[in-house]
Amino acid sequence: MDFVDYYKILGIDKTATEKDIKNSYRKLARKYHPDLNPNDKDSNRKFQQINEANQVLSDPEKRKKYDQYGKEWQHADEFEKQNQYREQSSNQSGHRFSGGQSEGDFSDFFENLFGGSAGAGRSRQAKYRGEDFNAELHLNLIDAYKTQKQTLTVNGKKIRITIPAGIENGQTIKISGHGGAGRNGGPNGDLYITFSIANHDKIKRLGDNLYATADLDLYTAVLGGEITIATLDGQVKLKVAPETQNGSKVKLKGKGFPVYRNEGQYGDFIVTWNIKMPTHLTDRQKELFAQLAKS
Amino acid sequence: MQTEYLVAVDEFCARHNIEISFISSLQKNGLIEITTIEQNGFIDAEQLPQVEKFIRLYYELDINIEGIETISHMLDRICSMQEEIAFLRNKLMLFESID
Repeated sequence: MDFVDYYKILGIDKTATEKDIKNSYRKLARKYHPDLNPNDKDSNRKFQQINEANQVLSDPEKRKKYDQYGKEWQHADEFEKQNQYREQSSNQSGHRFSGGQSEGDFSDFFENLFGGSAGAGRSRQAKYRGEDFNAELHLNLIDAYKTQKQTLTVNGKKIRITIPAGIENGQTIKISGHGGAGRNGGPNGDLYITFSIANHDKIKRLGDNLYATADLDLYTAVLGGEITIATLDGQVKLKVAPETQNGSKVKLKGKGFPVYRNEGQYGDFIVTWNIKMPTHLTDRQKELFAQLAKS
Repeated sequence: MQTEYLVAVDEFCARHNIEISFISSLQKNGLIEITTIEQNGFIDAEQLPQVEKFIRLYYELDINIEGIETISHMLDRICSMQEEIAFLRNKLMLFESID
């Protein structure tokens, strides 16, 4: 891990008093706290740093270690233990740190996001809820068309989730209790999964409706006929009305996207006709068009 | 009939180590609803994440009830704007790179 300047993060200098640290932490926490910045990853990251800095600097013991060992402060325990061992060897009455946190688990508190706001806010011996985790899951349109089960690995644990058909691009679902572990007997945080659904190259989605453009040759457009269209549910034969205009639309009812959490309900599939003009006309064809123009 | 899951206010407060008066203040300011059954107050389980958020704002960030009320309104607006942005982004995709 790179060295992190906690003083810089809290915007204070090394001579800052406990009160300065507390004030600075509160001020920044009010700005970046995840509760106040929903779905803002940058703020979440910033808050983690602020929280981490506060947890070290607001604890005199940890601050002392941080000030003393600087870049190597993460190994402070080892240094301290070595010193202690030396002291104990020469003096049986050597004392240990009295901090509540296990010295051996010094890095554990960095993993805490919401928890131990040491010295912050109104005093309360609270059971802290674990941090919420945010994850992004990429699906394509066809994946999102059907309900599917996926296994995700979150913090080393495998969890199986069911993604209901019809999930929306940008939609977030909450998996309760799969966030960070609670502290002091508090509940676990939640896992928030935001879905990023890539559009199909030919079919676009808006809500429950699907949209596609279909090419139509001039003759079918003028005289009418039948054309096969690819939907997400397979090929569909579609009647083309005579004198179909370029840019006009037809709606295939119930051939769209499944409605989220409404099994058996589907949106519509809307086809926009794109009439292709014939090219490389023969002389005979040009003649016939000329006759048509005169008629 | 739909089952309603309720949590007793005093039990909730004991578990979170908070004063009952804080929950009463939230109710008075219209931030939460308390169901009273035989003179005992209960919180609907669906409201718990919201109440826990208010607890964090009050106890950890030292924001008073008036501040929480203001923030709550602003967050509601942010959420509805984020939903609108997501909808508009999806709509925009409809017009981008369509063949």
